[in-house]
Order: sequence, then structure tokens, then C-alpha cells
Amino acid sequence: QICLPFVMPTVLKDLKYADSHEWVKVNGNSATVGITDHAQDHLGDVVYVELPEVGATVTQGDSFGAVESVKATSDINSPVSGKVVEVNEELHSAPALVNSSPYENGWIIKVEMSDNGELNNLMDSEKYSKFCEEEDCKH
Amino acid sequence: MAVMGKAREAGLPLMKLVKLRGMPILQQLHLEERLLRTSSDNWCLINDGTSSPTIVMGLSGKLSELVEVKPVLQDHIPIIRRFTGGGTVVVDQNTIFVTMICNKDAVSNVQPFPRSIMSWSGLLYNDVFEGLADFHLRENDYVFGDRKFGGNAQSITKNRWIHHTSFLWDYDVKNMSYLKLPAKAPQYRLTRSHLDFVCRMKEYLTRSEFIERTIKAIGGQFSVKSISSESIDVPSVSEYVHTTRLLTNQEIQEACCTIQT
Repeated sequence: QICLPFVMPTVLKDLKYADSHEWVKVNGNSATVGITDHAQDHLGDVVYVELPEVGATVTQGDSFGAVESVKATSDINSPVSGKVVEVNEELHSAPALVNSSPYENGWIIKVEMSDNGELNNLMDSEKYSKFCEEEDCKH
Repeated sequence: MAVMGKAREAGLPLMKLVKLRGMPILQQLHLEERLLRTSSDNWCLINDGTSSPTIVMGLSGKLSELVEVKPVLQDHIPIIRRFTGGGTVVVDQNTIFVTMICNKDAVSNVQPFPRSIMSWSGLLYNDVFEGLADFHLRENDYVFGDRKFGGNAQSITKNRWIHHTSFLWDYDVKNMSYLKLPAKAPQYRLTRSHLDFVCRMKEYLTRSEFIERTIKAIGGQFSVKSISSESIDVPSVSEYVHTTRLLTNQEIQEACCTIQT
């Protein structure tokens, strides 16, 4: 059975991905987190982003914030554990950045990671692409 | 019992049904939030009317843009900010609430994203109103023809989601006047005022008929088991930190000042 999604989502090679559709870009101990192109496309127009406080603790797999789109609040789950060192304040006035630039200007939080080993629990770009295809074909 | 037995045999997921009457909406929303976040069961809550008129805003709603603050303050109408998205409604004893809280795997043909869940709910209510009314899911609203009678909202976590609806079985014109015409309105609304945009469900069926038909429709996809509200086994109110909250008088008054300045 061949199943092609209507729109191929962008998946960037350098990033790691969670099965809840968040990405993480790692630089030493520092991680930048956002949601993927697949996620923003399925969510619809984002009208609000609920951000955590700087200094908050995040845990891999747990919710740290939310986006609102199409009458729904959807949890954003952290792909890594650590401490939030920066949040994207632009998203207060321009939540649609999550849709238009999910991997660049639509980044959501920056985290000082507590355990780099956790990155092994995430998918690389190839695995994540296949995962998205399977998800779309299943439904 | 025989029907439930057959459904279980067919391998349908279990859904616990709780029928309530006149539960205060803040209490209902707190219960829903706890069930979504701390339970692993599927739930259907039906609250037949709430105790007193209350305004309920979505998570990101801006008070000064959505509500006529002065009359609300004058008439002491409570305002709640709920944990789900969506717009602003005024609810009272003539509002019927239907809430579904599901594990994403229980409805495996539905992706845990807003439009998929909304579409699934549209199909469910199609069954409820079949033969009775010209029902549609239209730009995320439930309508008869082009008039809205039900407002929806959702919240989606990693493995579960909630879809809840406030149905206008009847409404008080005075209560509608507490709400402003929202800046973001569905296209099909055009520039209609509230009274020209909404309609009353009671013109189509009785309250009990609606509730029975809803339970029957849900029974087509789930094995429904009625349980009493007393036997709901989730952490009590005091143990859980809710996002849903009542706005303070100070917050409402500040919104009043925001308009004036």
C-alpha cells in the first residue's frame, strides 16, 4: 500500500525529534525547542502560545506550555530535561511565527540541558519523516 | 445490559458516562480538567443545565474585547477562564453541556489534532440529529441551517483529548447582551448580531430526547457504562492545580479601565 501525504512536511537534518512532534537543536549543553512543520500544519493557525517562566524546570516528555489553534489548546512537550533559560517573547505578539517559521523564528524555548544522554531517546530526521508518514497513513 | 454486553464483545473501548444536573460550571470544568490530566479512562459528562448565569472565556480570551464589562460588574455575573481554546459563551440553567474525554488510541482513526477531532464530533452529532434538523458542523460551530446552537472547544495532551460543547437548549436575551461581537468571527456569521446568529435547540427536540440520542450515538463507538458522580476516582480538587479559574473583581475592573483609557 502506497500512501503519500498531501503535503510533504519539512524535516531538518540537524535536529532531533520527539514523537509528540517537537524538535530540538543542540549546541553543547544548550537546546532550542520548537514544534515541527508537520505539527504546525496539522494544528492550523496558531493564535496564542502559552510560554513557561524563565527558570522553570522542564522534563523530557512532559508538557511545558501550550499553543491555541482552531478552538483547541494543545500541549507542547519538552524533548529534553533541564532549565528554561530563554523564551521567545516574539510569540506573544506574533504567535503565527510558529506556523510561518516553525524551525527558525517560531522557536519556543531555550533550555540548559541536565542530561545530554536523553537525546538518544529522540528520533533523527529520517526516522521522524517515516514516523510522520506512518501517522498520516494510519488515519 | 444485553446491548452493553454485545458492544464489549465487539471490542469497543469503554466510556464512563456521568449524568449531572445543575452542576456549577466552574465545578464541571475543574472536574473535566482533572479527568483529562489524571485519569486514563474515557469519559462522557452530560450536565443538564448549570446553576446560574456565568460567562466562560477560552484560554486566550481578552476580556475587554469579548465582554460588556460594565453591565457584567453591575449585575455581578461571574467570569471564568477555562483551560480549553475557543470563544466566549454565557451559560445558565438552559445550557446543556456534553463533554467527551478520550484516549487518542480509543479513537484510533482520529489524529490527535484539532480539525480531526472536530470533524469526528461532527459525524457523531450528525447521528444525534439525523431526521430532526438540518444539522451541520460549519466552521467549527454546530448549526441548524446557518444558525449556531452549540459552541465547541478542545484541549489536547500527548495521549488524550477533550472535546466539550455548550448547547443552547434555550437562552435569555438579556444574558446574550453581556457578550460583544467578537473581532474574530466565522465567515458564515457575516455581521449578524447574537440574536440573529444563534438559535434554540428546544425548537427541535426535548432535553431528554437530545440526551438520549447523544448517549445512543456514543454507544455506536464506545461501550458506555453509567457511573455516579460520587464514584469518580480521580484526585480531589485540593490535590490538583487547575488552570481553569474564576476571574477576580479586580481583573474585571481593570478591563473596564482598559477600555476607558
